[in-house]
Amino acid sequence: MASLELKGVRKAFAGTPILDDVSLSLESREFIAFLGPSGSGKSTLLRIIAGLETADAGEVWLEGRRIDTLPSGKRDIAMVFQAYALYPHMSTRENMAFGLRNAKVPRDEIERRVADAAAVLEITPLLDRKPAEMSGGQRQRVAIGRALVKHPKLFLLDEPLSNLDAALRLRTRVELAQLKQKVEASVIMVTHDQAEAMTLADRIVVMNDRRIQQVGAPMEIYSRPGNVFVAQFVGSPAMTLLPVKLAEGATDATVYLGDGATVATRVARGGLPVAADLRLGLRPEAVRVGGGVATTKAKVELVERLGERTLIYARLADGTAITAEDDAYSRVAIGDEVGLAIDGSAAHLFGPDGTGYHRAAA
Amino acid sequence: MTTERDWRGLLFVAPFLALYLLILVFPLLRGLWLSLNQVDLFGAGHFVGFGNYARLLHDPVFGTSLVNTFEVTLMIVPPLTIISLLLALALNRAGKGAAVLRGIFFASAVLSVTIVTLIWRFMLAPDAGLLGEISKALGREPLPFLSDPHLVLPALAITTIWWSVGFPMLLFLAGLQQIPQDMYEAAALDNSSGWTTFWRITVPALRRTLILVVMLQTAAQLQLFGQSQLLTAGGPSGASRTAVLFLFESAFGRWELGYASAAAEVLFLIILAVTLTQYWATSRNEGHGR
Repeated sequence: MASLELKGVRKAFAGTPILDDVSLSLESREFIAFLGPSGSGKSTLLRIIAGLETADAGEVWLEGRRIDTLPSGKRDIAMVFQAYALYPHMSTRENMAFGLRNAKVPRDEIERRVADAAAVLEITPLLDRKPAEMSGGQRQRVAIGRALVKHPKLFLLDEPLSNLDAALRLRTRVELAQLKQKVEASVIMVTHDQAEAMTLADRIVVMNDRRIQQVGAPMEIYSRPGNVFVAQFVGSPAMTLLPVKLAEGATDATVYLGDGATVATRVARGGLPVAADLRLGLRPEAVRVGGGVATTKAKVELVERLGERTLIYARLADGTAITAEDDAYSRVAIGDEVGLAIDGSAAHLFGPDGTGYHRAAA
Repeated sequence: MTTERDWRGLLFVAPFLALYLLILVFPLLRGLWLSLNQVDLFGAGHFVGFGNYARLLHDPVFGTSLVNTFEVTLMIVPPLTIISLLLALALNRAGKGAAVLRGIFFASAVLSVTIVTLIWRFMLAPDAGLLGEISKALGREPLPFLSDPHLVLPALAITTIWWSVGFPMLLFLAGLQQIPQDMYEAAALDNSSGWTTFWRITVPALRRTLILVVMLQTAAQLQLFGQSQLLTAGGPSGASRTAVLFLFESAFGRWELGYASAAAEVLFLIILAVTLTQYWATSRNEGHGR
């Protein structure tokens, strides 16, 4: 049975549409990430599921029960807020017990659940502290604990890692992944950080401009982006897009770059739109400096050394920008003219409406 | 070198310091000195030590005025705190209607005591006042608020609450704005009823504001003066004479400046003691809560 189902959800604030006909279905115990830039509607969608906003149209179902007509507290949903929203005058224990007391859970049951959650999250020594006496990381654990004790059918995490420093964020990410294995519930996490979404989620829902752009497993989103937005939003640095002309013949499409070079892709020619302006999508790792037979030449504008690899930002003869990759100890310098070897088998094509076309799945 | 620098630094604060010494510290000390003397406005006084204080101790008029002051303070501060809190809760929302109402409820606070007492004399007058008319319409005898010794302090309290409700309401509104919205959202997800949310989220968050309002209002109402002087001139038969009215009458009615200064010092000590007690009680409680 599907865990959460959204059916045609719409929302507008003061006439400005925020969500437009959003439908989605979650498997049970699935970890879903809503990924998108600010203003894409992902947080609004989360708040509609939580009951903190009401949808203008559409339905929300959780495990066979319609919940969009219920108040937040009756939805079997727990939420971890971005700024944690711990009750400042209550101790950790009281914070975690508050919802259970309101739900009239027996006292010994509350104590047991709080103790269990505290043990899992390793916050037992913090149970009698107040939020002001804890660090950001500790507060976040308490916020997660407050959600855990409710044994909800669905967890909502609103940018759960955004308020942590870099080191803690990485550690918490690992812990969230472990936690996911332990809970018997589905999880929806809102994030604008693709690394979080890629590492944690079973499936990613990429959102932009009021709509779901693509739903898929992390590597599917990365390797088969449904459209130009997804291709450019997911992956860092962003995918290079080059205007190309389609060559005649062959089953797989071969294209001409603006500077006349040819790239033989593995995208089936038959499925492409006829006689259209196409764009070639290349991730940096599909464009190597030096190695193999050079497809074309480019002038280097910026060299970015990332440690394990080097990114080369360059410009082709016709002026289009392209991002390439080189070894960690690249000798390329700004201003150099370098040969680029484009791996056509890793290339993507995008139609005039932005739709992505990829090589047939292996 | 250090002392030289200190002197130059002093120059910067000198203008303020001069004014501060002249209009605050000097009168304070002068008042203290006056209270130890027998002085009137027209001649040089003579030192009497604690004579004025001894006299106060045995003055039934001063005693009654102190009792009146405490009574009226108790009649004002709790209802004023609750009413201003309820108003703030009701008006803590966006929208034009709430903004207009906030303005209206605050409006009484900008009126001077003269106008306030004038308005309330019309309201309270038994023969022609609004409250009297309402009583008559309900078929009851109008209450003689300003001439009945048992009703005059409640009348003062009502007038004062009406006059003073704006500022505490503003403080509570400011306190309510400080509560993050996600706190209420978390409470909604925690299945918290409106009542539980109010007692467990809102009130604890307003704790400091609540303490501030009670302390400020207590200190202010212990000095209640204008309403009492203008509505009833302390009457009937001293039933609404407050401590400050007593010292005003002593100083500017009977010209006993030393005696009035002694009364002022006593009142000052009482207010100080009450405020410190409140402060001690609340801060001790806070330490306990952690």
